[in-house]
Amino acid sequence: MKTYKWLVPTLYILFLMLPIYWLLNMSFKTTNEILGVFSLWPQDITLDNYAKIFTDPTWYNGYLNSIAYVVINTVISVSVALPAAYAFSRYRFLGDKHLFFWLLTNRMAPPAVFALPFFQLYSAIGLFDTHIAVALAHCLFNIPLAVWILEGFMSGVPKELDETAYLDGYSFWRFFFKIFMPTIAAGIGVAAFFCFMYSWVELLLAKTLTSVAAKPIAATMTRTASTAGYELGLLAAAGTLTIFPGAFVIYFVRNYIAKGFALGRV
Amino acid sequence: MIEKTANKKAWLFVTPVVALVAFNALIPLMTVVNYSVQETFGDNVFFWEGVKWFEQVLNSERFHESFLRQMAFTGMILVIQVPLGIAVALTMPRKGPWVSVCLVLMALPLLIPWNVVGAMWNIFALPDAGLLGRMINGLGIDYNFTQQPVAAWLTTVVMDVWHWTSLVVLLAYAGLRSIPDAYYQAAKIDGASAWAVFRHIQLPKMKHVLTIAILLRFMDSFMIYTEPFVLTGGGPGNTTTFLSIDLVKIALGQFDLGPAAAMSLIYFLVVLLVCWVFYTLMMRSEKQ
Repeated sequence: MKTYKWLVPTLYILFLMLPIYWLLNMSFKTTNEILGVFSLWPQDITLDNYAKIFTDPTWYNGYLNSIAYVVINTVISVSVALPAAYAFSRYRFLGDKHLFFWLLTNRMAPPAVFALPFFQLYSAIGLFDTHIAVALAHCLFNIPLAVWILEGFMSGVPKELDETAYLDGYSFWRFFFKIFMPTIAAGIGVAAFFCFMYSWVELLLAKTLTSVAAKPIAATMTRTASTAGYELGLLAAAGTLTIFPGAFVIYFVRNYIAKGFALGRV
Repeated sequence: MIEKTANKKAWLFVTPVVALVAFNALIPLMTVVNYSVQETFGDNVFFWEGVKWFEQVLNSERFHESFLRQMAFTGMILVIQVPLGIAVALTMPRKGPWVSVCLVLMALPLLIPWNVVGAMWNIFALPDAGLLGRMINGLGIDYNFTQQPVAAWLTTVVMDVWHWTSLVVLLAYAGLRSIPDAYYQAAKIDGASAWAVFRHIQLPKMKHVLTIAILLRFMDSFMIYTEPFVLTGGGPGNTTTFLSIDLVKIALGQFDLGPAAAMSLIYFLVVLLVCWVFYTLMMRSEKQ
């Protein structure tokens, strides 16, 4: 029994990889081959699908737009969440518990509920179809998440650290930047990772708030699927390329990812 | 637990967060409340309607059906993903080079944009060109998720299991890693069975992270929109039209703003209520 234990995770990973393999397989095929012959690997490998994405501005701008708002969102979310999480982990103040729960309720709000009001709000203030609009809109769920994760990591740091620093004559901000932030660097990395992740995978709000100038890659794909009569190969290539940024950032946080999902509370 | 000191200035620390979230949450929420009690024919002219829309939504067959569908979906997701996630976490290697490989590969589905997940499963399950569709049809089972409600349902559920089980795995694994080796050695000396180790050592240690896992899975599966929308478009018929899909159809498709707003508020309140219960349970277990 014990020696066959590795079978469970192996089969599970195999199950996870199959659809990804199929996407990769499709991306190297021509439309004719996809519709004509069924094969487990491409018979006649073509890079046309990828070439089209890298040369057509409507395609590659989609990637640049997505990355732009994701990065802006991550920077805003983590930098405002840091002091707030510190306050929640160290201090008692009027309404702290209610405030914390209220923040979390925004992580629980279905984006579908906010789609139309967001469209009206960001149109009214003239930010419609800009990267900053999507970045700000994603703050709705990413800031609460970042506060929650950072608060978990900060609560794991003993308060004696703060007190010793004050005795040594550090001012609050010097302590915060020079001692405290390096101490919870892993937590900051994990919080940034999660903001990146949720902003990268979200589509409903990103699509509602953009039309041309800031259109995310995911929305570009939806359009292709519906208007161009299913160019499966192209769709598969575009999908494959959206997997790489995620794989790239996972690699950096791989040792902390499990703790991160537990919101720093293990 | 850290002993917290009272400090009124702490409000200064949270002000930026409150300002940003309030801008994004309160203004849109008030817009929704506005629409939910009024009728408009455009041009910013509104007529007071009181609770008419709420009554209409709560009494409509359509809302009942999509609500039941949503409950069934979320229920199935939790029943499959939580045990499966625990099983994978228990059998994962605890140290060595394979740990990183497992973690990175398992986390991969979580970082794929949701509509790409839908598109990927669409391609994967196509009856003629997809690997899964071909395999099932090859076994002699007639399978076409664009036409058969049962097939559409199963494909949606399997897709979500594929997409999110890793979240449960990672959480459960984080909980397991916090168990000191001494516990296992003590259990071995006592001659405890594998089941006893699970029941009395591993499960209690995972209780807290599993509450987080169930909370997150409940929340996200209850709000699911993009993946089934891309995979099945809510069809065939209405069979995979979950709450969010139905809501977007009413609000942006038919532009019935009053009923859509009323439905939004009811929807949000349901999510909030369940999450509040979980949150309270979680905070209680954290204090212990």
